[in-house]
Amino acid sequence: MSNAAPAAYLFCRGDHTLKVTLPTPLVEYTDGLREVEASGKTLDDLLQDLDRQFPGIRFRMIDEQGRIRAHIKLFVNAELERSLGAPLATSDAVIIVAALSGG
Amino acid sequence: MAARSSHKGTVVLVGTRKGLFVLLADPKREKWRAEGPHFLGQIVNHAVLNPATGTMLVAARAGHLGPTVFRSTDFGKSWKEATSPPAFPKISGDAYGWSVSHVFWVSLGHPSEPKVWYAGTSPHGLFRSDDDGVTWQSVDGFNLHPDRAKWLGGSQEAPPDGATLHSINVDPFDKKHIYVGMSSGGIFESFDTGSTWRPLNLGCAADFLPDPNAEYGHDPHCLRVHPAAQDVVYQQNHCGIYRLDRTAAGGKGRWLRIGENMPKEIGDIGFPMVLHPRDPKTLWVFPMDGTTVWPRMSVAGKPVVYRSLDAGATWQRQDKGLPPAQAWFTVKRQAMTADQHKSVGIYFGTTSGEMWASFDEGDNWQCLMLHLPHIYSVEVITR
Repeated sequence: MSNAAPAAYLFCRGDHTLKVTLPTPLVEYTDGLREVEASGKTLDDLLQDLDRQFPGIRFRMIDEQGRIRAHIKLFVNAELERSLGAPLATSDAVIIVAALSGG
Repeated sequence: MAARSSHKGTVVLVGTRKGLFVLLADPKREKWRAEGPHFLGQIVNHAVLNPATGTMLVAARAGHLGPTVFRSTDFGKSWKEATSPPAFPKISGDAYGWSVSHVFWVSLGHPSEPKVWYAGTSPHGLFRSDDDGVTWQSVDGFNLHPDRAKWLGGSQEAPPDGATLHSINVDPFDKKHIYVGMSSGGIFESFDTGSTWRPLNLGCAADFLPDPNAEYGHDPHCLRVHPAAQDVVYQQNHCGIYRLDRTAAGGKGRWLRIGENMPKEIGDIGFPMVLHPRDPKTLWVFPMDGTTVWPRMSVAGKPVVYRSLDAGATWQRQDKGLPPAQAWFTVKRQAMTADQHKSVGIYFGTTSGEMWASFDEGDNWQCLMLHLPHIYSVEVITR
């Protein structure tokens, strides 16, 4: 699966761009990249932008009712964030963690 | 590793808890080899090939990252995820909105509509694709039905692996007529392509319900509609083996418990059911221990298939080649199937990762493969 964004797109998303670190289960959407850039003034905006770049990735984290999936944790500057409406600053770093359980 | 698109012969798609495996045989079914896995580490609940278009769909749960459908148009050389996988309509306001936990079952639509597929999910949901699996739409006549919650009961009634909508069968003689099975919830049918639904459980036991004559709430395990004979419908239920008599109840239909004709020491509990592709009176079941705490394994540790040649009036034991003792097989509802050969091949996969086959309609069995992961589904195609 190759969903890499066109390079030009990365340079024209505006100035609210943040670094996003992804867990390994999601890298098949990013052509293997663990670190990507996305823009958004809230977490929700940021995930929407990720989905524009890497189609399908948001649904792996957020269900059809807009709820964060049970095994996904969203961290902003190492703080667990449970609200998709949380505001983001350009200096923030977003880390997405996929918890593992079972066998 | 990709399966070869040029392969001519029999192909068995084995969905497992840790990926999809493909078993390939020559046209005589004498030489077998395995390819895969595809989606290593991911749960594959069901894999089905559309013979009309060549598209293969895989109902998967990507680890803990939710449900999806993958599709391949080159027989597994490459895969793409559905651009809009099955998902319930978004609910606004205070009402609770369902979300799909896993896509459990995929079925082809009517032969006259080769790009139509249906998918069943957990929690119970029905979805349709009109473009060969690229995009999926909610069948709102079912998913948003005002009585849906009543049909399904509470979450405490869900089977151990979750409440599932399965056994989606489109009537080969009426493309608007759809059957579905729900564990638990019962059999329902629609005569208008899913806009309206009615229960179809009359005559079927439900000994776990306060009202044994309840209209719905039953626990079908596997429903099969014969592909070539009109109104021939069988089900393996939590409470026995049944054949539908469509002429009863003013044409609405009533289930007859043909499992009463099974040997009493074996019983008529199980999960899968397989129909002969041409003879509407021939079917196979894989009995399991449904006593006391429901071990769900071969009765007394002696795996056996039972076949009927007369629509369930009598049954024959078929265990030649299967382990004679201390073999505690569990075979899930979509893990047993039949091919189209003149001498019909029967295949089943076990939760302990063994693939078994018979090439003479169940008379003799041989093990095709050991050491696979927990097998969830088995489908076969002859190309």
